[in-house]
Amino acid sequence: MAETAGTLPKPLGGRTRTLAWLQRYGVYASVLALLLFNVAFTPHFLEVANFRTQLIQVAPIVIVSLGMALVIGTEGIDLSVGSVMALSSAMVVLYLGYGAPVAIVAALVAGAAVGAGGGALVAYAGVQPIVATLALLVGIRGLANVLVPQLTEFRNPALITLGSRSVLGLPLVVIIAAVLTAVVAFLVKRTIFGRQLVAVGGNRAAAKLSGLPVRRILVAVYVLSGLLAAVAGVLATARLQASDPTSLGLLMELSAITAVVVGGTPLTGGRVRVLGTVMGALLIQLLQATLIKHNLPQSWTQMVQAVIILAAVYAARGRKK
Amino acid sequence: MSDGTAPVLEARGISKGFPGVLALDGVSFRLAAGEVHALVGENGAGKSTLIKVLTGVHQPDRGELRLHGGPVSFGTPLDAQRAGISTIYQEVNLVPQMSVAHNLLLGREPRGRLGVIDTGQLYTQARRVMSRYGIQTDVRRPLRSLGMGAQQMVALARAVSIDARVVIMDEPTSALEPREVDTLFGVIGDLRAGGISVVYVSHRLEELYRICDQVTVLRDGRVAHTGPLAGLERVKLIALMLGRDTADVRLRGQTEFAGRHTAKNGQPVVEARALSRRHQLHDVSIRVRPGEVVGLGGLLGAGRSETAKAIAGALPFDGGAVVVAGHALRKGSPAAAIRAGASLLPEDRKAEGIVPTMSVRDNIALAALPRLSRAGIVSEARVDRVVQTLMKRLRIKATSPHQKVSELSGGNQQKVLLARSLATGAKVLLLDEPTRGIDVGAKAEVQALIDELAAEGLGVLLISSDLEELVEGSDRVVVLRDGAVVGELSGDEVTEEAIMRAIADGGGVDG
Ligand SMILES: Nc1ncnc2c1ncn2[C@@H]1O[C@H](COP(=O)(O)OP(=O)(O)OP(=O)(O)O)[C@@H](O)[C@H]1O
Ligand SMILES: [Mg+2]
Repeated sequence: MAETAGTLPKPLGGRTRTLAWLQRYGVYASVLALLLFNVAFTPHFLEVANFRTQLIQVAPIVIVSLGMALVIGTEGIDLSVGSVMALSSAMVVLYLGYGAPVAIVAALVAGAAVGAGGGALVAYAGVQPIVATLALLVGIRGLANVLVPQLTEFRNPALITLGSRSVLGLPLVVIIAAVLTAVVAFLVKRTIFGRQLVAVGGNRAAAKLSGLPVRRILVAVYVLSGLLAAVAGVLATARLQASDPTSLGLLMELSAITAVVVGGTPLTGGRVRVLGTVMGALLIQLLQATLIKHNLPQSWTQMVQAVIILAAVYAARGRKK
Repeated sequence: MSDGTAPVLEARGISKGFPGVLALDGVSFRLAAGEVHALVGENGAGKSTLIKVLTGVHQPDRGELRLHGGPVSFGTPLDAQRAGISTIYQEVNLVPQMSVAHNLLLGREPRGRLGVIDTGQLYTQARRVMSRYGIQTDVRRPLRSLGMGAQQMVALARAVSIDARVVIMDEPTSALEPREVDTLFGVIGDLRAGGISVVYVSHRLEELYRICDQVTVLRDGRVAHTGPLAGLERVKLIALMLGRDTADVRLRGQTEFAGRHTAKNGQPVVEARALSRRHQLHDVSIRVRPGEVVGLGGLLGAGRSETAKAIAGALPFDGGAVVVAGHALRKGSPAAAIRAGASLLPEDRKAEGIVPTMSVRDNIALAALPRLSRAGIVSEARVDRVVQTLMKRLRIKATSPHQKVSELSGGNQQKVLLARSLATGAKVLLLDEPTRGIDVGAKAEVQALIDELAAEGLGVLLISSDLEELVEGSDRVVVLRDGAVVGELSGDEVTEEAIMRAIADGGGVDG
């Protein structure tokens, strides 16, 4: 008889409310707890240099996760982000001969184009997001490798500045991530586009009946995701002072999805939590740093990350009606 | 029916709160064996919540449940089902992608060797059940391909065919045709004869008088009255529900429609010209002038909803044209229809209307966002103004505009959708069952509102399975059958009998 449960509404109660709270604020609480733990037990944690390193490292994850949050808000997913980072990195070295600005624009255009392709597959061809972007994950990584077959270093002063310069004591990379966060938050909270993309994720049939340009919204969301991944790719390349399409951005899609889900955006769409996503990215970063500082191997981080994902998805699932 | 015997199911002093509202406040409820017990009250009175407490969906904050005289508590709906309580919830709760047969026998599929589902047997059994309830349909089709009414009948057949001592029905008839309602009442009669108790929630009062023995009236989460239904006057019942004076209620009529509207002459505000769509619509032509309410009559599957959807750009058509306020619309574009001034209130509010993750406010503003923003940025002040006005005008009951819409009672969700249509500043409203699932008070309000809007010069296309509403609300009624117009009545010709006759004879007239 257990199967009949599918047709019955799930019970609601105190437990559900706790889960709802956890889904929304759990990530803030966890980040805070980890910070406190580190302050107490990790030597030199409070030093400025350490903070800078943490923030610089988390910046690309944050940027990619912002785009991922938008896509997931529409009940989609974008697995291609890591490969898009690699492609943008390849574009940078290919076009660096024309100067840094041209190279950067080329990289961003490539990222947006990949997003447009994925978005078109999803919106117009009706391909499932996970399938469409899985194809891109494989194909675009291949393309990047063809364009730049091996690790290529460069010495372009403008680009290197972008990766290492600080303004008012804050690394440029971090400032860019913060500005992009603000822009995306504004987009979600204050614009028609933000309101509409959430509606598309919440109930696509209703969105369509209400006259929303559902297909255009879907394409736009994947374009933004591609664009943001390309930004992250350019920044990572600038920091490395080299392009390495074989390894740049590997598994980035998993980190980004984790950040988004842990941050309280449900995989079923209909809601986007921008700040939660940033917190999710911070949580992953802090976790890694903590385990490394306490001399635990990388594999530990992955296992702990898995537990966190499960916890987040469980909180989200218990909440869904 | 009989006093003295222990009730089959009893609730004592149940309270249940949600953040911001006390949905049930010390409610007691007794259900005797073999009685049909009506549960009535305004939208948001707490009927569905009481049912959810009785069936283990919600846990009560205070109070106790007793089954066959002994205390029980249900942790999950499954517990209640195992204890012999079978429920049809207000929102159809089946699996739309699965076949009718699978839905009907979900969890009780006939198994062959190796425990594999015996599909042949499954279909045979399903066919037998369905024909008992007079539903002609291919049981292998996915459930979602059926209309709302047929889906409701499947839910019903499923609930009744489970061996139960108590069957609870939350607004089972809201999507049904008169003929199906008769079938349902036949089934309820059989249940009662078999000693099975029924809890029956409905906003259609005449149904209660046909079928129910007892009635419990809820108002604002409290029991306002409980007792036998026979002898309780209809006006008295309404007065109890609304908490008003009987005399005050008596003054008002059956429906709130004031009578004929004065249609302004000239250009029709919406015109459908010879709409055709394979198997669904054949040369349907309809025109609505400003200030006019045109009813669409016909049975389930006659093409009423399809016509409204085609006009609203939500259903592509093969031939014909739609003209709104003089502009020919692009086919299949709801956005174009809304821009031109035609707005659809969809029939299936859960699947096509409500965006459950968003607030009441955002749901209301959804279709009107382009009007409420500048350069792509939403003007919160303008949204607030529109939302506030509409929430007040439609008397939407919510703790705040920011409450999640999925937490509202069914009738209030319906009002939110109506508000969404009005927010677009439409010139013509295509209302598909606008009063489905809303209480007498709200129904009267919506009907008065339709009158008011027509008086302001809007055109209204009204679809309603409630013949009384159709007759009293419409200036003209266009009758559809099998996707074709088979008759048109206007002025004094608009009567329930005439509509029924047109539906029945129609086939002969137009072939
Ligand atoms: N899950 C929930 N969270 C918050 N509030 C809720 C929830 N469910 C119901 N409510 C509130 O409880 C009150 C009673 O709602 P209920 O659904 O029981 O009304 P109802 O009598 O069934 O109305 P209707 O005739 O419109 O179906 C309403 O104010 C509603 O907003
Ligand atoms: Mg209800």
